[in-house]
Amino acid sequence: MTAAPLVRLAGVDKRFGAVRALAGVDLSVDTGACLGLVGHNGAGKSTLMAILAGVLAADHGEMHVAGQDVTHGHAVTQAHRLGLRCVFQELSLCPNLTVAENTRVLHRALDGWGWRRRAAALIRDRLDTIFPGHGIDPDDVTGDLSIGRRQMVEIARAFTVTDTPVRLVILDEPTSSLDAVVAGHLLAFVRRFVADGGSVILISHLLGEVLDTADRIVVMRDGRVVADRLATAFDRGRLVEAMGSVADDDVDGAAAAAAATPATGDRSMGGTPVVRAHPAGAGIGGLTLEAWQGEIVGLAGLGGHGQTAMLVRLFEAARHPGVVNAGAMVRLPAAFVAGDRQSDGVFPLWSIARNISIRSLSQLLWRGLIVRRAETELAETWRTRIGIRTPSVDHPILSLSGGNQQKALFARALASDAGVLLMDDPMRGVDVGTKQEVYGMLRAEAAKGRTIIWYTTEMDELKHCDHVYVFRAGAIVADLTRAAMTEDAVLHASFEARAA
Amino acid sequence: MTGSRPASALGRLALQPWLWAWLGALAVWLATIAFTRGQGAGEVLTAAFTFGTFFVIVAIGQMFVVTLGPGNVDLSIPATMTLAGTVAMKLMDGDNGMLAVGLLAALGCGLAVGVFNYGLIRLLAIPPIIATLSSSFLVQSTAIWTNRGLRIKPPSALADFATAKLGGLPALALCVIALAGVMHIVLTRTPYGRAVIAVGQNPRAARFAGVDVDRTRFVTYVQAALFAALCGFCLAGFSGGAALNMGEEYLLSSIAVVVIGGTSVAGGFANVPGLWGAALFLFLLVTMLNTFGLGAGIRLILTGLIIIAVIVIAGSSSRKREG
Amino acid sequence: MSALARLAPPRLLRALLPAVSLAAILAAIFWLQPRTASYFGLNLLLNLSIPIALATIAQMFILCVNDLDLSIGGYVSLTACITATWLNDTPALGVLALLLCVVAYAAMGALIHLRQLPSIVVTLGMSFVWLGLAVLLLPTPGGQAPDWLRALMTLKPPYVPFPIVAAVVFALVVHVGLMRSAYGVVLRGAGGNPRAVERAGWSLLHVKLTLYALAGLFGVLAGMALVGLTTSADANIALRYTLLSIAGVILGGGEFVGGRVSPIGAVMGAMTLTLAGSFLSFLRLNPDWQIGAQGAILILVLALRALINRAERRAP
Repeated sequence: MTAAPLVRLAGVDKRFGAVRALAGVDLSVDTGACLGLVGHNGAGKSTLMAILAGVLAADHGEMHVAGQDVTHGHAVTQAHRLGLRCVFQELSLCPNLTVAENTRVLHRALDGWGWRRRAAALIRDRLDTIFPGHGIDPDDVTGDLSIGRRQMVEIARAFTVTDTPVRLVILDEPTSSLDAVVAGHLLAFVRRFVADGGSVILISHLLGEVLDTADRIVVMRDGRVVADRLATAFDRGRLVEAMGSVADDDVDGAAAAAAATPATGDRSMGGTPVVRAHPAGAGIGGLTLEAWQGEIVGLAGLGGHGQTAMLVRLFEAARHPGVVNAGAMVRLPAAFVAGDRQSDGVFPLWSIARNISIRSLSQLLWRGLIVRRAETELAETWRTRIGIRTPSVDHPILSLSGGNQQKALFARALASDAGVLLMDDPMRGVDVGTKQEVYGMLRAEAAKGRTIIWYTTEMDELKHCDHVYVFRAGAIVADLTRAAMTEDAVLHASFEARAA
Repeated sequence: MTGSRPASALGRLALQPWLWAWLGALAVWLATIAFTRGQGAGEVLTAAFTFGTFFVIVAIGQMFVVTLGPGNVDLSIPATMTLAGTVAMKLMDGDNGMLAVGLLAALGCGLAVGVFNYGLIRLLAIPPIIATLSSSFLVQSTAIWTNRGLRIKPPSALADFATAKLGGLPALALCVIALAGVMHIVLTRTPYGRAVIAVGQNPRAARFAGVDVDRTRFVTYVQAALFAALCGFCLAGFSGGAALNMGEEYLLSSIAVVVIGGTSVAGGFANVPGLWGAALFLFLLVTMLNTFGLGAGIRLILTGLIIIAVIVIAGSSSRKREG
Repeated sequence: MSALARLAPPRLLRALLPAVSLAAILAAIFWLQPRTASYFGLNLLLNLSIPIALATIAQMFILCVNDLDLSIGGYVSLTACITATWLNDTPALGVLALLLCVVAYAAMGALIHLRQLPSIVVTLGMSFVWLGLAVLLLPTPGGQAPDWLRALMTLKPPYVPFPIVAAVVFALVVHVGLMRSAYGVVLRGAGGNPRAVERAGWSLLHVKLTLYALAGLFGVLAGMALVGLTTSADANIALRYTLLSIAGVILGGGEFVGGRVSPIGAVMGAMTLTLAGSFLSFLRLNPDWQIGAQGAILILVLALRALINRAERRAP
């Protein structure tokens, strides 16, 4: 086909603070084609799609949709008018409305007498077409449906047509809550939709379904497009290879340093672990997580597969050290280092010092009162030790850059009496320099006898770990020692081959 | 509330959230005595401290509750005041020897209401507003039932104390100033105070920072009910007995004093001095408008508009996260 | 509880709860005092529920977008005072004043939305303003209900007492408007998932303006109905409605967040609260416990709902 592509993006840039989420991305989607988009967490796929859908604005770059230049002033309503529809990972249905009513929210044209009947017919028709035997009634309240069915409604709703055509549907992890049969229905429908002249962008971590469904596959890494080829030019192995990062000398050096300082409580020595827990969602199958004193244990796998849930369970269990609580036991007090700083970590109205001291107030008391000077001293100590770049620890926490806020959260945990550090992908959006500093500190803390449980989505960080557990669908599917830990091993354990 | 901080002492003072309430109180007082050409300046101030005392007592508890974050308001304060005042007066029956028993009974009422409130919040998993609203109905009824329309005089010692003056200032006001000082220290210098502020800013982060969120909330609701009970006890002593409607005006006023005093309704940001400023301001405003010969209607309208103005200004000067 | 959950889906149970509580309290009253089960008995029992139901509907519109209105009591007092004075003496001025009240309510909604202010504080401030205006208008109890309004409120329709007719009419009208109409869906959606509604291209400002204006309108109706019943007004006449209306919405199955409200339930909740007040006098119990009974019923229903929710969570 030589016709102009339906969507053409050129040189799209997007920054979030210090982090460059997209670095000059070019992308085009042809009419009547399915484009597969793959990449590891944080590669920039979701950001790119949000820009295309008009939810986010790009910092730089050109955008053309259906022959129109939409570089400036692209917004959700316009995207809808041009025939762009989005199925995002977070559900965008109103849980208090019925399925038919949610269809109405998307379509202004569903108005006047009998709108309810028309909306119900519209969504039922799409559901029947895409998911035969779906078992969803248009009058069902969305919030009462299972998550899988909600996702089906969301997908079907994106394909409904009233007064504007549907030209391109973006499916971001559409099958994450669907079982294999239903997912198969969806992918078959995508092929039919494409054959009828529609376009689809399919984002999925299930490489098999991308390989089978897409005409062309784009691989993203670190905010760039690193491969853009016909689907037939790829196979599983080559996709995984394209997604992985190139070897980084610098990191290898750091890892070597890590290897040189062995864990103080070696597993081979026997004894009892400091942390022991079985994933809650895994039933009796899968492996059990164990960590010994002085170990750095990595939790790997794709985002949202049970790693954070495990950390939260360990945190709750650590409230009563040594007691087995719902299958989890932690022998020492724990401190939590949040990755989602704004929602889980930072107290936005407080100074840096107060943000650091909150976990250690009991050490700062004199006759039941907090001693201000001791509090400032504690914060100052950690400011210099961890290198928080600020003129004074009395400044508001929000005056710090993201990376320095994260350092303050590390300081909060390290300053505490905790013997176990639980880290929830804490390096998100942190610059490289800061990362290297923190890695060094973590190794030092482990050497002093602290146990670190570290969930990370970055392959490089796993190289600092003595042990890596790979999570998939809420269970631990692989237990890799440092020697066995390779990027390939982790990726293969994380990406399930549905076809197999 | 961003990076740079004014270095001068004056600049730091201007940043204090309680300053505006005090400045407002001062301005209103000056306007009043300017109108009367200085007559009765002292009496006005004494009256303001006398009546402001009762608002401050309940507002301290309400402030801790509001600081817990969006949705946290104690609507049972008026009912608790009435119940505590009634039960205490009835028990003491004018006998000075029963003073301690009466006070303990009042505080016991507060303790019971607070525990009940928090029980509802936890067991029924309902928003605190609904829980305290429901319990206020029950508590109010209990108070009516206990009271039976009788007005029992307080013991003479209590009445004397509640109306006594020390060097021009009401003795009770001095006690409550000291109490406010203690609560200021509790808020700023104890782990409990820090926990309240942390929960109000971000309950998830507070939990992950090791704060016992449930216990913090429990203590706060019990404390608010205890202060309401104390206020009911003192007010009944002051006004010659417990009346069934004695708590009525404290429902909205306790929230108003907290807001005007510079505490954030979005939670996580509170201060005690502002409570005194706001209570004095509200009373002096009424006095001023009375002096000007304006009626209750204008007074109420101005009070309302000032509350809204305060929240609009506070909302725009520091963009807080939404509830 | 899980056996119960198998017998009836929790959602159905929850939806039936307001009707069941209303029926239960009515049955109890009939049983205690069979004479109330008559045209006049019901008229007497339910008369005062009309203004409360209207105020409850007003509160429901506000709760629909996760806000809370602490000013509805003062507002109903004000509209009652306007009805008993201006609307009676100079009808044109009265109508204009009431219209202005509705506009002011909508403006309050716009202020809350545009400045992202906590609704609790803004409505708290406005409650003083409404009350102040009412005091200015009617410093001492007095005024008089317009004759046509009195006639309307004492209407004796055949077979069914007026309060029941009124309740059914209001409940159905609001049900159609909010629960069945196309724009009503958007209004409720804005309570359930505001971001999704905005992403679909709807104006949240428009949503809030509409809901606050509707609340203002029903507040006006509540004030008029109240004056029609009491024939005169005073500035404090409806202050209790603030708390009663919140309780009514919650009793009627409404929830504090998430746009889950029900107009029919709200009307039933208001009636249940009114009846709870009279229930005690039939028990020959001390009338002191009237308010307490309202609180007890509220807690009881909330406890039942908590049990249903717990059963729901246990059953996958």
